[in-house]
Parts: sequence; structure tokens; C-alpha cells
Amino acid sequence: MTSALGKDLLDLESLTPDQIRLVLDTAVPFKEISERAIKKVPALRGQTIVNLFFEASTRTRISFEFAEKRLSADTVSVASSGSSVSKGETLVDTARNLEAMRIDMVVIRHGASGAAAFLADRIESNVINAGDGTHEHPTQGLLDLLTLRDHFGSLEGLRVCIVGDVLHSRVARSNIWGLKKMGAEVAVCGPKSLLPHAIADFGVTVFPRVEEAIEWAQALNILRLQLERMTSGYIPSLREYNRVFGVTRERLERAKHDVLIMHPGPMNRGVEIDSDVADGPHSVILNQVTNGVAVRMAVLYLLAGGKPELAEAAKGMSGGDR
Amino acid sequence: MPRSMRDLLLEGGHVLDPATARDEVADVLLRDGKVEAIGRNLGHPDGAERLDCRGAYVAPGFIDVHCHLREPGREDVETIATGARAAAAGGFTAICAMPNTEPVTDNQAAVGFIIRQASRVSAARVHPIGAISVGQKGESLAEFGEMVAAGAVAVSDDGRPVVSAHLMRTALEYAQTFGIPVIDHCEELTLAHGGSMNEGIVSARLGLKGIPAEAEEIMVIRDILLARRTGGHVHLAHMSTKGSVELIRWGKDRGINVTAEVTPHHLTLTETAVEGYRTAAKMNPPLRTAEDVEVLQEALKDGTIDLVATDHAPHHYDAKDREFADAPFGIVGLETALALVVTELVDSGMIDFKTLVDRMSTRPARLFGLPGGTLANGSIGDVTVFDPTFAWQVDPATFLSKGRNTPYTGKALRGRARYTVVGGAVVHRADGPRSR
Repeated sequence: MTSALGKDLLDLESLTPDQIRLVLDTAVPFKEISERAIKKVPALRGQTIVNLFFEASTRTRISFEFAEKRLSADTVSVASSGSSVSKGETLVDTARNLEAMRIDMVVIRHGASGAAAFLADRIESNVINAGDGTHEHPTQGLLDLLTLRDHFGSLEGLRVCIVGDVLHSRVARSNIWGLKKMGAEVAVCGPKSLLPHAIADFGVTVFPRVEEAIEWAQALNILRLQLERMTSGYIPSLREYNRVFGVTRERLERAKHDVLIMHPGPMNRGVEIDSDVADGPHSVILNQVTNGVAVRMAVLYLLAGGKPELAEAAKGMSGGDR
Repeated sequence: MPRSMRDLLLEGGHVLDPATARDEVADVLLRDGKVEAIGRNLGHPDGAERLDCRGAYVAPGFIDVHCHLREPGREDVETIATGARAAAAGGFTAICAMPNTEPVTDNQAAVGFIIRQASRVSAARVHPIGAISVGQKGESLAEFGEMVAAGAVAVSDDGRPVVSAHLMRTALEYAQTFGIPVIDHCEELTLAHGGSMNEGIVSARLGLKGIPAEAEEIMVIRDILLARRTGGHVHLAHMSTKGSVELIRWGKDRGINVTAEVTPHHLTLTETAVEGYRTAAKMNPPLRTAEDVEVLQEALKDGTIDLVATDHAPHHYDAKDREFADAPFGIVGLETALALVVTELVDSGMIDFKTLVDRMSTRPARLFGLPGGTLANGSIGDVTVFDPTFAWQVDPATFLSKGRNTPYTGKALRGRARYTVVGGAVVHRADGPRSR
């Protein structure tokens, strides 16, 4: 059965605006489930899901696990250190073994760009990309879109700037595709050494200075600066990065308007974002986390063939085991 | 060569030999492994084997100056025998084997081993290329003189660049004693580090680290300047960018002794071939842009780039069936090269068949000082008879190479070798049994 999203969710680049809207709309009723005392509906009862995390992740893995459990799926999570992966098993063999166990869905986080697509090409199960290398992180992109839509009501014409290490960021790519498809205006800002050489071909505006970005944007999505970017020669120091590109209260106060603050986490406080910005009144960083569970529930539900129009009804079904 | 070998009469083909400016329908008689006569009415020499060449071109044998045969070290991936047979099937009468084997071909014994292995198989000739540096480590010069005496025809550290400009300079100087070209794999490693495809919009979208054109071009101009300084012959392997073409043209305009090659894949594919993380299209240098392809085709036409070489690089299928960044670089090319050039360059009107023969036989022989490359009377009896219009579809399962790693699976091509003749003996017949 092919769902409204197709077999897999590998990226936002290949989704249509209607498909993105469908996920966001489906996430709305699922949000409420997490507010209940009994946070469980039977929508995915009997489905088996494997969370394959070849890279360390806390937030994304837990978010997926909660989304799966709240939909009553049977889940197993595998971290690379505890599996045959660390014994040198190839990804293709991992895929074949999963296939042999008749898994319904696989959520994969992997350090190699294209790893999720690689798996999806080789197994019948639905594959959800939970971040592949420096390629995409589609559920993060979707939850960012939902958070922006919650706040502004619409994404059409919204001015969003992605700040930081765009070159190595899968979050940036998913945001750029998702926002552009939904009619937002997208800009990026960061040292040129951390922007893709071909960034202009993405159809985004490039701000060389963060002050200009803040002046322009209605929302900033501030990327985590990986500490190894300094040792590999992309920037001279974290201190200077903070001084030139850090999003600080002083810089925000100079803008003539309020700017919504987002961050995919985990944050380096005092590097790309100052604490009083992260904890400030315009920060929706924790709303992103909340929306993450709902968006992932929506994606799981839709890929499993769930009817979008029944999402509201699924919410109403009694939870727990019967 | 057995003295009792039969004469071979290639009948009724269109003889195309740029070296002697022959371009006409004629018969070719090979005797004792050499070209005995070419003409319209050679009669029927007693006992000669007659090959019907009507509708085909009869050309001096094609020579591939750049391939990887993996023996010694990785005989599971390719051997000298399978590589030489694949070459013959592709219409090549001679190939040059790069030295990046395990162990590296960096001494006379290793060169002798390749020649000995090749002599055991009736297929294309195999000319070894020796390493520039011991172990291809880029530190001290290998013994060019002994390797040449053992049969090496050039030196190269291919697979990796010569990082040290000083070593490259001394190699270009020292090689002149022996009259051999120094082949460089142009790649500035600090720029290319970690890259797995061309740097551009496709790499940015796929989230793959790119290799910028400048990683090649910086080394191209360095090598050209060192050739100018030393007077040595530098041959630049697998050129892939517009900028490299411009730099080579600059060097040639000044009389610098630089020559260059281009692969069939860099002449026919762009970076978009890796979409979907297709490791079958992962190679180094990477596939570039449509503009680069166009400039490379024009450069081959006008002679700025001297010749076509395959960079035949077989890999085990397991090695390619993995995450893109982790898969090895390289594709096989011996059995698709001729048809790709026919289909994509000749049939499109970019070059004519005479130019094809010049770039695949005449010039490789001349620039590398190899036998062949001409059908002049008395020259070696290496001949490629090829059908210019034969239509076929690429199916890697039919390759004689052990390698199946090609991005052209399923592609419809025209042109194939009908007969490949080495030293007056037929080593490949298109419709004959395909021995492995």
C-alpha cells in the first residue's frame, strides 16, 4: 500500500507542498494526545518499528520512541555501539537482516549522506530518515515548519533566516526545501567558509553579517556549531564565532521588531546562541521539541497508510491495551 | 610469435590510418605478425585466414594508456589475463597497466612479473607503467632505468598525486634519460580531502563533500610549469575540467612538453549521474558539469587533449554496494570506451572516425613510444576492425572484465570491435566464443 507520502520519508526536497501540508495538518490532532494522562492511541498496534541509530542522538531518538509508543507500535532501538554494526557489518547486510525479520518500519540515523535512501532502496519496509550525514533531517524540518506555522499562522511570505554552519547541516537543507515549498522567503547567514559554495543556487538570500540577518528576518533558526569545525580549520575560534555570528540579546534588541528564535539543539550556549536569547521571551525552542513528537507521530501514521481524515478520529480512540 | 603462423587477410574493410593518411576501402595482409601489404587486389595468398571486414573500419590497434589490472594483490577484482581479454573485447590491442598494485610496481622484478603474466594470455599486449616513487609514497624516486629495461613504458604514481613539487621536478628531469613520459594524477589533496564528487549544486544538495575543480587545476599548472623548467614530458591523466583544458592549451601554445588524456566517462557524463547516491558513478576525478563535458569534447577534437584513455578501474561489487562516501572511486571502461566515443562523439558530429582513430591509436602510440599506432608496411600487425553502426546495450554481466562497476548499465550504444588482431593473430572475434 502506498501512503500519501509514498513508501519512505527520506527528504523534504522531493515532497510536494501538499504532502508537507498534510503532515503538518495531521500533526495538529496528534499534539493533543501528548497532553493527556494516558498518552496512547492504538493507531499502529501490531506494527513493528526499529530505530537504528548509527550516530549518537538523544533528542531525536527519544522523540521517535515516544511517537511510536504513543501510537502503540512495538519498537526496538538499536544504537551502533550495541549492535553488529560495531563489529563491522555492512549497511547492506544490516538491511537484509531487517528485511528477514519482517519489520514494518525503520527509522535510521546515520553519519553518511544517502544512508537512508540506500536502505530504502533495499528493503520493503517504510524508511524514515532521522538524519543522514550532511544531507537532510526531514522530520526536524517538518517540526520547524509546524512551530513557525503555530506562531505566525502561515508560512507564506514568512522571512526565515538560517544562521550558522549551513555547509555541514542536514537541518539547514531540510529547512530550506520545506520553507521554500511552503512559500516562505529563506535566507542564510554564516561565515562563508561554512556555507556551501553553490548556496546561491538554492534560491536563498545570503547575509554575510548576522546583524543584517536579524534586521531582515521574522524568525531565526540558529544551527548548532560543531566544535570540530574549529580544529578542521573552518573558523578560527568559538570565541570569535560568538563575537561575529553569535545571536545575542544586544543584537536582537537593536532590531526594530521581534524575532522568533529557534534552535534544533543541542545548544552550545555562549557560542551560536546566548543563554538569555535561548531562554528569552521570543524563544520557541521547547515548542520545537514538543512539536517533534507530534510531527513524528503524523509521519509514522501516514506512512503506515493512516487516512489523514481519520487522524482526528484516531485521536479519539481509546488508548492502551484492550 | 610462432614462425608457422598463418597469414591473415583482412578483406574489404575501410582502412583508416591517420599515420599514413590512408582512408580508403582496401585489403590488409598481415604476415609474420607484421603489416605486409595494403591494397585493392592482394589476391588470395596461399593458406591465409580471411576475415570479412566489409562494412567495418580497419584501423591500427587501439591503445589504452591508463588502466588498472589489480594484479598482483587483488586478483579477486581483476587479473592481468582478464583485463587483457576485456581490452581485446573492447578493441584494444595494447594497454598500459598502472603500478598501484599490491605490492606497487616500483622495481624491475615487478615489471617483469606483469610482462610474464601477460605473455601467458592471447589477448591485448600489456605494457607496464612503473611507479615514480618507491611504494608510491612520494618520497624517493623508483629505479626508472631498470624498470624501463624490464619493459616499463612510463612512470606514474597514479591513484595518488605526486605531492612534492621537488619530487615531480626530479622525476621529469630523470625520466629524460630514458625518454619516457611522467604521468601525473592531478589532485591537490588538501582541497580534495574527504570529497567524493564534484563540488557544486549537486554536492550541496546531496550533502556530500565536494572536490572543487581547482584541486585538479592547481596541480595541472604546477606540472606544466615544472615541465617548462625541466623540458621533461609530463602527461596529465584523466583531465576533467574546463580550467585544466585552458591551462594545457596555455602550455602547448608555449611549446611546453605537456600531453593529456580524457576518459570516455568525463566526455559523456555529468555530476548529475551520481543523483540517488549512485556509487557506480563515483570516480576520481569526479564527473563535472555539462560545460566541462562540452569543453573536454572540443579539446579532444582540436587536439589540446591528445588522447582517450579509459582509467579502467574494476572494483568488487561489495565495495561499491555501500554508503556513497565510503565506496571506492572508479569504473570499468575497457569494454565500453569505443562505443561511447562512437555514440557520443562521432555520431553527434563532434569528431570524425579519423580523429577517433588518431586519439585512440596513433597518438597514444606516438606519445608513449609504443609499437603500433600505424598500418605502414612493416609495422607491427596490431589491428582493430570495428563496426561503426552495430547497436547494442550495455549489460555488465557480459563483460570479460571481472569488474561490473559501470554507470552505463542499460545504455544503448553503437559501435563495437569486430576483430581485434595482435601481432597478426586474432585475439577477439565479436561473434566468436567469449572465453574467460
